Amino acid sequence: MEKNYEALYDIVVIGGGSAGLAAAISSYDSGIKNVLLLEKEAYLGGILNQCVHNGFGLHTFKEELTGPEYAERFIDELKKRDIEVRLEATVLEITKDKEIEYSDTLGYHKIKAKAIICACGCSERTRGQIRTPGDRCSGVMTAGLAQRYLNVEGYLVGKKVFILGSGDIGLIMARRMTLEGAKVLGVAELMPYSNGLNRNIVQCLNDFNIPLYLSHTVKRIIGKNRLEKIVICEVDDKLNFVPRTDKEFEVDTLLLSVGLIPYNPLLEKIGVAMHPKTRGPLVDSDYQTSIPGIFACGNGLHVHDLVDFVTNESKKVGECAAKYVLENGFDASKVLTVTPLNGIGYILPGKVYLKDEGTIKFNFRVNKPFKDVSIIAKLNGEEIKRTKKPYLLPAEMVEYILDMKLLKEGELTLEVSND
Amino acid sequence: MTKLICIVCPKGCHLEVDDNLNVTGNSCKRGEVYGKNEVTNPTRTITSTVILKNSCYTRLPVKTSLPVPKSMIFDVMAEINKIEVSAPVSCGDILLKNVLSTGSDIVACKSIK
Repeated sequence: MEKNYEALYDIVVIGGGSAGLAAAISSYDSGIKNVLLLEKEAYLGGILNQCVHNGFGLHTFKEELTGPEYAERFIDELKKRDIEVRLEATVLEITKDKEIEYSDTLGYHKIKAKAIICACGCSERTRGQIRTPGDRCSGVMTAGLAQRYLNVEGYLVGKKVFILGSGDIGLIMARRMTLEGAKVLGVAELMPYSNGLNRNIVQCLNDFNIPLYLSHTVKRIIGKNRLEKIVICEVDDKLNFVPRTDKEFEVDTLLLSVGLIPYNPLLEKIGVAMHPKTRGPLVDSDYQTSIPGIFACGNGLHVHDLVDFVTNESKKVGECAAKYVLENGFDASKVLTVTPLNGIGYILPGKVYLKDEGTIKFNFRVNKPFKDVSIIAKLNGEEIKRTKKPYLLPAEMVEYILDMKLLKEGELTLEVSND
Repeated sequence: MTKLICIVCPKGCHLEVDDNLNVTGNSCKRGEVYGKNEVTNPTRTITSTVILKNSCYTRLPVKTSLPVPKSMIFDVMAEINKIEVSAPVSCGDILLKNVLSTGSDIVACKSIK
């Protein structure tokens, strides 16, 4: 058959952010010398470039780095290897046969890969997705967009700011805009607990006396051309507005930090099975999606709290993809399915291919805060492990490691128990 | 007794510091140092950006090389905002030495060719 593509690669990595960089490097180090990395921006590093705050790398490098510094370490490592990189390369489509169509400054290209690693990151939830009523004025935008304007382009998007949602980017932007001379009047969080890391509540809000309104949401947005005023109000435990609790704030900017969603149009288009909770693809213990040879990692798979976790995961995914290419697939003879029960929102991976030795690392999130509880693992209904936890928060992903020797075919469940 | 949430790393340990500066609740040595400092002389690392010339990028990310006193955050920001840098610049380059006699330098966080 005539080949209708320009080049055949062993592994193509889509996305040159923290996940893609780590996956490309580890694929190469695992013996694959024919790796291509495609990045849509004109530079590598992805969203780390606009995360100028520090706190990155404590796990990976045992020191506290800013986002750009963390990215640079991996870009330098990538450049030491013979890994092909295409910048300003937007992937238009991938197929089940792992053909990839992309466009860059030179035009249209079609290539083929033995394995594809999707490291496409996530997108921010928008005003439309949370259905905030009111005027359609300017001055309402996601926190990450404001972060890009400020830290990359050098524009402060407003002078009087309110933030909806206590996600980490919102908290970081509260501090960042305050430092640049804006007045941040408050942060409203729908839930009765914060969705950001504790340290960010302390150093981004408390340091600057910015109030956090828990169990509050924005009820109305008012403004003719530019935002003029917002109305927030309290919500009850069923998230309904509580009457007579309205508070008005005169602001010119409303930033939304109301969640991140894995961004996977390429995978959705070819029918990859998606996880209803994480909104990323379903993967097995080798991080393979429902289509053999297509892998996913980073925030495109599920949203992580720390870039260090993204790096670790993506390194593993690079190794798995390399193994797939070198060994022509995986031994999938013994399968264990994994199900979240009481208190647990989701577990990754949802399917484990059992091996005789080693360990398997799960990531999960609880669906509400817990104190002094145990995590119980059951294999086909029988308890195999019980781990005490002083506290568990939905904002903090839990790493949970099990010895392969404890496992056999069937169903594994994890649950939170009050003892 | 002061109750604090440690900000040294994303773990966010709940610390208690008593009147004799004994720290409990920390899970690492750095948490103990943070707890002591936070009740005696709280400090913060400041990160920001400065004007960048001679490059396709317009802003260069920077940070204080050491934490500076919390009370001086806005004074240090004013100094940072006076800085203009021309490419090329290397990550770690000192752009302003000993800012406001704090002992901390303003350093570049990114290499620009």
